[in-house]
Amino acid sequence: MAAAGNEKFPDMTRLNKKSRQDIERCLNEFQGRKDLVLDPDLMKPLDRITGGAAFLKDNGVDKIFKLDRADKQIKLVGCDRRVYLVRPKINIMKIIADHISSEQSRGENRKYRIVMVPRRLFLCEMILEQEGVLGHCDLDEVDLNLLPLDTDILSMETPEFFKSFYLDSDLTLLQTVSKSVHTIQGITGEIPNVYCLGRAGKMCYELLKQMTGERLIQPDYPRSEIGHLFLIDRGVDFVTPLCSQVTYEGLLDDMFGIQCGCVEFGKDITQKDQPVKVRLNSEDEMYEAIRCRHFTNVFDFLKSKAQDLQSLSDKRKEFTKVKDMKDFVANDLRKLNQSKANLTYHIGACEQIIQKKNKGDFVEYMQTEHSLLEGTALRENLNYIEESINKQNSLMSNLKLMCLTSLTNDGIPARDYKSLKTQFVQSHGFEQLITFHNLKKVGLLREQEVSSQSRVSAGVAALTRNSSFKNIRKRLNLIPSVDVDLRSPCDMSYVFSGAYAPLSCKLVEQVLQREGFSGMEEITKHIPGSVHADVKLRTPGKGIKGMTNQPGRPAPVVLVYFIGGCTYSEIAALRFLGKQQGYKFIVATTSLFNGNSMLNTVIEKSPL
Amino acid sequence: MASANWLPLGHVYYEKMELYSLEWGDQIDLAKFIVAPAPYGGPLALMRDDSNNPNLSGNVKPIIHAFTSSGKPIGQLRVCSLFEAKDTKVLDVRIFRSYKGTGIAVLTCNYRIFMVNCIDDLRVRRLAEVPGLNSAPTAWGIITMDGQSQALVAKQNELYLVDHGGQYQQQSIDVSVPAEAIMDMAISFNNKYLALFTESGIVWIGSADLKKKYCEFNTKSHQRPSQFIWSGPGAVVALWDKLMLVIGPDKDYISFQNDSTVSLVEEEDGVRIVGRDNVEFFRKVPLVTEQIFKIASMEPGAMLFEASREFERESQRADEYIRTIKDSLDIAVSQCIQAAGHEVEPSKQRALLKAASFGKCFLTDYNPEPFFNMCQMLRILNQVRNPNIGIPLTYSQLEHLTMAVLIDRLVLRKYFYLAIRICQYLKLPESEGASRILAHWACYKVLQKNEDDEQVAYAIRDKMGDTPGVSYSDIASKALECGRTDLAIRLLDYEPKAARQVPLLLQMKKEHIALNKAIDSGDTDLIYFVLMRLKDTMPQGEFFMAIRNIPVALSLFLQNRGPYLKTLKFRKFPGGPIFPGKVLNKGHPIFNNAKESYMKARNEFAAKQVEDEIKLLKYQRRLEEELRRPYMDLSVHQTVHKLIVDNSHKMADQIRKEFKIPDKRYWWLRIDALAEAGEWMELDKFSKTKKPQLGMEAFVEACLKHGNKREAMKYIPRVLPDKKVQCLIQMGDLKQAAEAAFENRNEDDLNKVLRKCTLADRAIEDQIKGYKQQLAGGRR
Repeated sequence: MAAAGNEKFPDMTRLNKKSRQDIERCLNEFQGRKDLVLDPDLMKPLDRITGGAAFLKDNGVDKIFKLDRADKQIKLVGCDRRVYLVRPKINIMKIIADHISSEQSRGENRKYRIVMVPRRLFLCEMILEQEGVLGHCDLDEVDLNLLPLDTDILSMETPEFFKSFYLDSDLTLLQTVSKSVHTIQGITGEIPNVYCLGRAGKMCYELLKQMTGERLIQPDYPRSEIGHLFLIDRGVDFVTPLCSQVTYEGLLDDMFGIQCGCVEFGKDITQKDQPVKVRLNSEDEMYEAIRCRHFTNVFDFLKSKAQDLQSLSDKRKEFTKVKDMKDFVANDLRKLNQSKANLTYHIGACEQIIQKKNKGDFVEYMQTEHSLLEGTALRENLNYIEESINKQNSLMSNLKLMCLTSLTNDGIPARDYKSLKTQFVQSHGFEQLITFHNLKKVGLLREQEVSSQSRVSAGVAALTRNSSFKNIRKRLNLIPSVDVDLRSPCDMSYVFSGAYAPLSCKLVEQVLQREGFSGMEEITKHIPGSVHADVKLRTPGKGIKGMTNQPGRPAPVVLVYFIGGCTYSEIAALRFLGKQQGYKFIVATTSLFNGNSMLNTVIEKSPL
Repeated sequence: MASANWLPLGHVYYEKMELYSLEWGDQIDLAKFIVAPAPYGGPLALMRDDSNNPNLSGNVKPIIHAFTSSGKPIGQLRVCSLFEAKDTKVLDVRIFRSYKGTGIAVLTCNYRIFMVNCIDDLRVRRLAEVPGLNSAPTAWGIITMDGQSQALVAKQNELYLVDHGGQYQQQSIDVSVPAEAIMDMAISFNNKYLALFTESGIVWIGSADLKKKYCEFNTKSHQRPSQFIWSGPGAVVALWDKLMLVIGPDKDYISFQNDSTVSLVEEEDGVRIVGRDNVEFFRKVPLVTEQIFKIASMEPGAMLFEASREFERESQRADEYIRTIKDSLDIAVSQCIQAAGHEVEPSKQRALLKAASFGKCFLTDYNPEPFFNMCQMLRILNQVRNPNIGIPLTYSQLEHLTMAVLIDRLVLRKYFYLAIRICQYLKLPESEGASRILAHWACYKVLQKNEDDEQVAYAIRDKMGDTPGVSYSDIASKALECGRTDLAIRLLDYEPKAARQVPLLLQMKKEHIALNKAIDSGDTDLIYFVLMRLKDTMPQGEFFMAIRNIPVALSLFLQNRGPYLKTLKFRKFPGGPIFPGKVLNKGHPIFNNAKESYMKARNEFAAKQVEDEIKLLKYQRRLEEELRRPYMDLSVHQTVHKLIVDNSHKMADQIRKEFKIPDKRYWWLRIDALAEAGEWMELDKFSKTKKPQLGMEAFVEACLKHGNKREAMKYIPRVLPDKKVQCLIQMGDLKQAAEAAFENRNEDDLNKVLRKCTLADRAIEDQIKGYKQQLAGGRR
């Protein structure tokens, strides 16, 4: 086995290949020319998998329509076969049923096939039956789950997971998560060591075990390409996504929104009329260099890069021979221009970010956030939040701070909670009561439970008592004691300006060090939904002694699966950890998100 | 010498050996019983033969006793009523081996033959009628040839072959006295040979297709033998009470006189003789055994065996023997291994295997597998031959029967432990070996009704653990079949696959458990499956009550049935989610409902909020009417803000009081609104109100937000010194900011300003650095 560190990442594009084959099979099974009606949710992932419409045309697709969720009366004109590629959702089924029944009543004869992604649900079948169209259509499923966005990032791109799992307690998608791990194992070999954190993690592992089920061949653990698997319930660490991101990639996501590994830059950055899509991955060397940097460290780098490029393009002035010139034009020029364009975009983006950060009370906001994480000056922070609500600051930032307060203090003291709620409703409207209800259900924002004994002393106790976050923070050293140099960081807390190391990543670090949870009881007892480890192959010298009698060691490749979503900051922290400790981290998640997009799924949208 | 008790029959040898001594001796006189034995070392069934005893006939129901081959009772059953076929009586039965499995043929009293080819597939075929048959055929049998089973029926001296296609063929055979009636017939185990017994005691032996005749043997007995069967393919055995006659195909014969009534069991390679005191096995000496043990045999196997014996005696002759068979040593080893298999005595087996192993030493590339396999098989055979188990299988029978069938038989006889040990010994995969047996065991366990549910469940769980291939749901359904619902539920608890648990639970009408299991499984499909079942089977009210306390089920159901259940949400689930945003604007009833629900749920806070909202909506409606501007759907803050911007200060004030807007908020609100409206005069006036709630920096901020730097400047002097720097920075006046910071002697502020400096602000930067030095100097 190769030594840790210089091993390559297991090739995750194999997942893509598999998905492509699945789609191909599904399309070709339905013989003849056909139209394709696409769920808008699936457009971007499908685009990434197939690499464009040409693939679809090759597989017999005639016209491609977008399934419009708003307009039920739309008329689709096409050939006599139609494939729907959709998520298994109730409203979509209803739309499809409308299509079919109206076309049937008009006497149009068509064959329909409904392909559900990632799996066919009994419920959907039931609805189609109720609508009386089940007889007219074939049902099929295509299991597109994880999408390789980069060498080390896999995402299911299902942001609705957060809402459906935490708010609606719908476990359907959890099965998809397990299935996706199963698929990965099919490619890389069964992963010997599994660590589950939180309820979803554990459930997911249970499901996975059922899927692996009765196997005939004993898995060959030492040869498995991935040595460790973390299944982390987002509920274990809601704190991290709520923190403002300060790595470049994180900021891009916060400001512009990265979707499916692409970001769209508007006119003010590109100086072009059409918004430009830029693909963000490790193929772009420059981006690779800056993506995980602390933002303060990006601009200087870009500046020097600009100088490099300038000197490179200046070189052509020195060419004396025609051949040199020819070579340059043939090879370097295109690349150079591409780099130049990218550089301009990134510099433009930086400028925008700086501009935005300079506006308003960004500094105070960050101070409050950090002080909440450190657990100091709760009173002042509550005052700040109240002021911020009063000042009619953005709903999101107010909510994020409130959630942070609740999470770091085991809830907001009852009196403050009521007053904040009143204030918030006065500011943002009555329907936000539903938001509060939702957040409470998810576990992001709640009021402190008052012990029934005495209400007077409870108020005092609330301010002084130790919350579970406080305990975890202390034991895991989440707040670094030394100043972290943001330019050449020595601690993963650099991803939050040295103020806080992401809890989830710190847990990963600790568990990997021990290869298990032994000795972490004081920490794990504070983790909601408890933990579970299944270690089958130990790295010699780690964990409990005297258990190293199995041959071989696990591959130093770690798959960290964030069930419920993951932020770019956490990825940055894990990449840092990987470099520091000689692991390769692959991050898989249901969707990449940030504090805003996380909350966005559960808040009540204002009718305005 | 092993060959000492061999009996020659023509040029082959037969042997008779004792398998078991029987202990039933005195209690059971075989003469008074009807004996029905099963081949392949199977058990014996005995029924008292009352036909000769008219006194006893009547209503006494006969008892069938079952014994193992070693005479150990394994059970008895009472025949409840002798079935009679509808209008016909069964006269005679033949059990035969068809190409599909075990077949049964019956002869009814109207002399027709019906046949079932395979007992697992009960398709009855009626065979063709034998012409002119008006009394029972004198003899009949079933022959399976060319993949088809046919009946051979003898009507006096005529022979007919009938099949189920309605055809019959009269057969003619080459008999010396053709007029004689055929009294009995025997078809060999392998369906190749046929033996007939005629009226005058002549035994005719020939091929099954009647084309070839091997011999005719006159027994001179006019009495029909009580049993007339084949012993392997090589000899026919006829039994008259105590006399047993063995006839070879070349007219050779051996006769035995048994000392008691015996019963014969036809086996593939011989005959089992069940007597009063013992069970014996009569068979042709297998070829290899003969080759090795025949006196003066020069076969390599014989030499090797001899060599091995000499070696034991530490005699140098061993070497000589080995040398003589040097070239055919591999054959010798194989012969010894084969012969060991045919031996019944473990000591003989051991001697032969030792010889084989001895011979193997001289071979370099001999495949060890046959030896190894033989050792395994013999161990197993010896185990099952043990009188306690009583399955006297020979090696060739086992080969034909296969190991899987043997294990099944052990399981059926409830020798679970032995079966499992055999599986483990043979290293069979768990899923088809041990766990299958465990499943059988568990099913058997379930049938033991005298044991406590909990104990049974615990015992089963304890034994089975998580063995792959075991389906607890199968066992549970067995338990359910015999009416042990509680046990079934307990067992289902152990079933890891919820998809298997749930349907069974529903079948048991344990809907709640099913629902919980479905939820635990995390399989939404399954949950829906249960929910829909519940909804269909339960009255609506009960259904809602059932799911209201199960959040997962409730939320799934609501997702599905959203619109239809909206009202239900109010009434039945107070404190739950209130209502969708969309209906907010519509009207008050829904709000009043909500308020009531909240009151009931003792959520005063929420109730108050709803009340406020109702109030606000009323106001907004009024405002819209009075001011002809849209106010609907705004929050309190927004409403007041808008009112101020629109210059309706009085109204704003009223709402402020009504909703108890805190002073601080009102200040923020008013400052911003005034700045937005550009009411700078008003703003200035407001800033001079007594008891200001906010510092002047709020004004500066508001002015800047709405882009009026000049107005902002006005408030700067009134900003408290410690906030001044920040304000000035916001205004972009770094120079003044630096000065202010210096005035406050605040180094932090100076640094803050310094950080804001860009390339263009060199001068200020220098200035700040100067200040900083001065500060540092001053401190010193």
